[in-house]
Amino acid sequence: MIEFHDVHKWFGKLHVLAGVNLRVEPGQVVVVCGPSGSGKSTLIRTVNQLERIDQGRLVVDGQDLASPGLDLNRLRAEVGFVFQQFNLYPHLTALENITLAPIKVRRAPKVQARQEALDLLERVGLADKAGRYPAQLSGGQQQRVAIARALAMRPKIMLFDEPTSALDPEMIGEVLAVMGDLASSGMTMMVVTHEMGFARHLSHRVVFIDQGQILEDAPPEEFFANPRHPRTQQFLRQVLSPLH
Amino acid sequence: MLKYHFDWGTVLSGRYLDWLLSGVVVTLEISALSLALAMFLGVLVAMLRLGPLGFLRRLAQAYLEFFRNTPLLVQIFFWYFGSYKILPQALNDWLATTNFEFAAGVVALGIYTSAFIAEDIRSGVRAIPKEQMEAARSAGFGYLGAMRHVILPQAVRITIPPLVNQFLNLTKNSSLAMTIGVAELTYQARQVESYSFKGLEAFSAAALAYLLISLFIAGAVNLYTRWVLRPAAGR
Repeated sequence: MIEFHDVHKWFGKLHVLAGVNLRVEPGQVVVVCGPSGSGKSTLIRTVNQLERIDQGRLVVDGQDLASPGLDLNRLRAEVGFVFQQFNLYPHLTALENITLAPIKVRRAPKVQARQEALDLLERVGLADKAGRYPAQLSGGQQQRVAIARALAMRPKIMLFDEPTSALDPEMIGEVLAVMGDLASSGMTMMVVTHEMGFARHLSHRVVFIDQGQILEDAPPEEFFANPRHPRTQQFLRQVLSPLH
Repeated sequence: MLKYHFDWGTVLSGRYLDWLLSGVVVTLEISALSLALAMFLGVLVAMLRLGPLGFLRRLAQAYLEFFRNTPLLVQIFFWYFGSYKILPQALNDWLATTNFEFAAGVVALGIYTSAFIAEDIRSGVRAIPKEQMEAARSAGFGYLGAMRHVILPQAVRITIPPLVNQFLNLTKNSSLAMTIGVAELTYQARQVESYSFKGLEAFSAAALAYLLISLFIAGAVNLYTRWVLRPAAGR
């Protein structure tokens, strides 16, 4: 579904992605973790071309992103993206946030888009908040609306860029629960997160990235029980028991 | 003590009153049409200034600098006395059958004001966080679609206070159209003065009418902001 072949990217002199090779199969949930500045956000942002790659090959849903005939807007419509800061449209209600792209990009009939949006709000547990504006919602509620907004495009792939990092601790659970449902439903997902509980119980693979390189790529049981690379071992010690 | 006895009865009755009222109507007409033109051109020029094409950005910049930095009166004279020499004959023939001084006034006021409006809108757009553009593009919107459905609706809200200033300036600037014979409020007040020699009353009445129109515009926009755009306040 997503294939990175020796992908490189530079920000000026900084080599943020230094030869990344990674495959995400259809229906797989892959968690990407790593220290800040490791390139994990950049990695996930290249998948829908919020960042361009400088070298290597990137194939998403069978399409080479470097091919000249690529319809980028169409590809992006197939790939849902959830941001750390939610980025809901502040001038639209929760419902309108969800229906905007289906109506304007997909040209879905309004009645149908509205019904689907209400169903999605129900699914993320916010059926009663359809008429609220983002400023009237808590962070956790905003992020759940953002997930519903991405799902409304019926994406083949969902990307999550630190979806719980901007949330108060008591709101993290409600967002992870929605993501867990989605993972169980067979959605192909790439998730940048430090929530090791999510990685352990809901992912198929965990990838550790540091200084733009993938150092570890293993199923969660193996990743947490027997991390091979010393950098991964050190990272896991810090994340799992920060006081030691 | 003031020795002058105001004679409102003469100015505010009969044909003098009719003249003043028709002036108010023409002022409202020329202002509304110029405003529509100015908003249309202003948004367009702002988009060009923000857009990806360097050639169009420079063209828009030149437009702004030219129309912002030359006197409105010169521009009005340019359109009224000069433009027919460079316009196609067919267009001139058609313009001759219309109210040409009115059309020239609308064009001059609209273009002049659009330069200021474009700058206000541009700064409004730049105030919207770039993540909003990213969110819209991620959903499959192209650049223009994202601008139209996500960025501009937010930018317009924060641009409203400076835009009100432009609306008010436009309405008051429309008085300059009297110089090319548009029978708007100032023109009519002048005419009342010429016939009645009641200049103080005529121009006081005109000033009061401008004041009421301006207050009405500011009040209407205020209500619009408060009731139609209310949710953005929570941002």
